[in-house]
Amino acid sequence: MSVSTLQTSLVDRAPVAPVSAPVRPRKKRGWRYGLTVAAFLLPSAVPLLLFVLVPMVAAAWISLNDWNLITPMQFVGIDNFVQLLNDPATASVFGNTLYYILGYLPLVYVGGLLLALGLNRTLKGRAFWRGIYFLPVVTSWIAVAIVWRWLLNPSNGVVNTVLGWVGIDGPGWWTEPAWSMPSIILASAWKDLGFVMVILLAGLQAINPELYDAAKVDGANAWQRFRSVTLPMLSPSTFFVVVISLINGFQVFDQVYAMTGGGPAGSSQVVVQQIYDLTFRYGAAGEAAALSWMLFAVILAVTVVQIIGQKRWVHYA
Amino acid sequence: MRERTTSRTSWVVLHIAIILGALAMFFPFLWTFVTSITPGAGFSITPQLWPENPSFEAYATLFTERPFGRVVLNSLMLAVITTLVQLFTSATAAYAFSRLPFRGRGIVFAVYLATMMVPLQVLVVPLFAELKAFGLLNTYLGALLPTFASAFGIFLLRQAINQVPRELDEAATLDGAGHFRIFFSIVLPNIKPALATLTIFAFMGSWNSFLWPLIVLRDPELQTLPIALAGLQGQYTTAWDVVMAGSVVSILPMLALYIFAQKYIIQGVASSGLK
Repeated sequence: MSVSTLQTSLVDRAPVAPVSAPVRPRKKRGWRYGLTVAAFLLPSAVPLLLFVLVPMVAAAWISLNDWNLITPMQFVGIDNFVQLLNDPATASVFGNTLYYILGYLPLVYVGGLLLALGLNRTLKGRAFWRGIYFLPVVTSWIAVAIVWRWLLNPSNGVVNTVLGWVGIDGPGWWTEPAWSMPSIILASAWKDLGFVMVILLAGLQAINPELYDAAKVDGANAWQRFRSVTLPMLSPSTFFVVVISLINGFQVFDQVYAMTGGGPAGSSQVVVQQIYDLTFRYGAAGEAAALSWMLFAVILAVTVVQIIGQKRWVHYA
Repeated sequence: MRERTTSRTSWVVLHIAIILGALAMFFPFLWTFVTSITPGAGFSITPQLWPENPSFEAYATLFTERPFGRVVLNSLMLAVITTLVQLFTSATAAYAFSRLPFRGRGIVFAVYLATMMVPLQVLVVPLFAELKAFGLLNTYLGALLPTFASAFGIFLLRQAINQVPRELDEAATLDGAGHFRIFFSIVLPNIKPALATLTIFAFMGSWNSFLWPLIVLRDPELQTLPIALAGLQGQYTTAWDVVMAGSVVSILPMLALYIFAQKYIIQGVASSGLK
């Protein structure tokens, strides 16, 4: 999972000007000051302009055209969007992406929470254990996907071998349509568990211990303290995990590409894999651009809804 | 008395759970390594915890029959350049947003932050076309350019620079120092931990990145580790020892970096969820 400061950025206010600013006369800053500002800003502004803002606008234009990346574009208006909306594959790839998110998020959150609670106690070698749990986060998705493909190998993988010892006939994991998505979800949860754990640990450590003492005085048992102190106080961290997981979840790709390639029979084809295939396999770059804008719109809508909805359940101390 | 026994029991249960969990987390790494030194892995029916004839043959295959040495160098080079450039562009921009007031600064900063929310997928098709027009497909420069500025890095460093006392700048100004001097000799030395955090994230991001290099770098000679690894999987469907040796090679540098810089990595992640 990539690190983002999304929440922070949303909470952050615009930079506050120094108190002395109004007194400082503007005319004193001449062209030399302008040059200084430009010198500090241009190294980042040029790449962002050329490789984020321009392509962003260009994507909107491409989505209104028929294009195979080679021959000239042909303007078709909103045809690509109409075509996507009429194509059952669109519903299928969004459905699979949603399936991924709905399987992954509860798993990684509950797992990460249990870990954070456990590792927040006084424990021998706490930093070492945290280190182990965090290890998968720093490894590449491709390596993780390959290893899990191997562990979940239906014929002689470790998982099915161990299941065989206890008399369970393990499923065909990534070779069976019904199990391809669960395989990807399992590997993803394993990889991101440590990330969620660290975010929640930071949240737990920010809780004022006096709140627990007060709850104890009121006769609250461990479960009640968890319900009425830990969970509400942890809600900002939870909010962050949910927002980031949803944003990343909609963009799931690397692990799908390396574990199943979208198969079998399209059972794990997700939106980004579809964008990739449309562009580079079917030569439908216009349609791919349209689909990528649809994805962006969905992510934006989901994120905005969460930011609006957070007032109902997120408590900032 | 009773209280004590329960807490001791829960202490033991907690430790057992944590250790078992850690073993489960670590097992795939161990298994990857064991498979990589098991000749002919993939044919045996029952997996073994330790191979009968361990050998590093798969690693030799990787570096003699495949361009793996080249691929490792490619990844390393791209990661080092990305990291250095990102440190430079992030630090300068962060300085401007923290110390150089100008008209419209708030809006410019908001636009910078907004770029963080644009998914790479939206940019893939036009970026591909753009680099094709520039004649940069299949070049290192094409792989590098879109990674040169990072809104995350700018944000991180701006937070750090805001913590540096302004009295230090003012004292330097009285001594006749300009913004470039203040930037290099006062601000940068004072934000070393944040620079370390960004170094790790930039390196990690580049080393593990997949989608963009996959699209730009088509020549096997130019490919990066994750792409070569994915390709390896397609070609050696039965020789898992070779595929796993490739995984080990891709994991090891991150593992080494992680052991050295665990503090910064975990702090960096933790602080991204705070505030």
